[in-house]
Amino acid sequence: MALTSARIVTPATARMGEIIEIKTLARHPMETGYRRDDRGRQIARDIIGTFRVTYNAVEIFQADLSQGIAANPFIAFTTVAMETGDIIATWTDLAGREISAKARITIT
Amino acid sequence: MTISHGEPTMLAATLSRRGVISGGVAITLVPFASWPGAAQSEAGQLTDAISRATGGRTPLAAGVKLDLPELAENGFSVPLNVTIDSPMTERDHVRFITIVSEKNPAPQIARFTLGPRAGRAAVRTHVRLADTQRIAAVAETSTGRFLIGVADVVVTISACTNGG
Repeated sequence: MALTSARIVTPATARMGEIIEIKTLARHPMETGYRRDDRGRQIARDIIGTFRVTYNAVEIFQADLSQGIAANPFIAFTTVAMETGDIIATWTDLAGREISAKARITIT
Repeated sequence: MTISHGEPTMLAATLSRRGVISGGVAITLVPFASWPGAAQSEAGQLTDAISRATGGRTPLAAGVKLDLPELAENGFSVPLNVTIDSPMTERDHVRFITIVSEKNPAPQIARFTLGPRAGRAAVRTHVRLADTQRIAAVAETSTGRFLIGVADVVVTISACTNGG
């Protein structure tokens, strides 16, 4: 299934050195590969396999996911606010399709 | 629930507690016989998955707080919260957090890579649970230490039904 929507949420502003939480959510079924359709045929596994986050182009977080992650994967983690800039999350499925979401943070 | 950390060897010796829980609560479990890997020893699956996460080293049962609900009515989406005591400095920080399962068909649920810029070693997500089981979080630090924390979850509706 195509990756149609994804969101990243950070505080709009933070003090230098403050630890902030970044929350992310992608719309995706995370199809396990174990289910069968109405005619008994196995439904192919279709999951987001990797998730990466950069902060002003420096990678700050990465995740390898399996079908053990719930549909519409939610991942939240922390980072130290270093400089004003963009935090970009990228979700990649097993077929290599990607979607990204961006949040802007301003250091006060 | 979070189990206070005893020796790592407790992994094999925890069934009495689960027995007490299941004795007191009416639990509806979907039969798993048709599932891939269902015949495999389940305690063995968790031990093997932990061993893969540590490269065969024995993790220390300390410093990892793994929070899941004691009772998950719906195994399709169960909140998981893991926090590791770490200064998260350049020299001493958590590099990897691996979440592994005793009874899911895929033993490794997720592996998170972080660094000193995280500030805190803390990750939240939602997981699928196929059955009442033990979940473990294994942390690997930049100083070469392996830490583990576990949580037991009673699941009333398995994520392994055909519902979605």
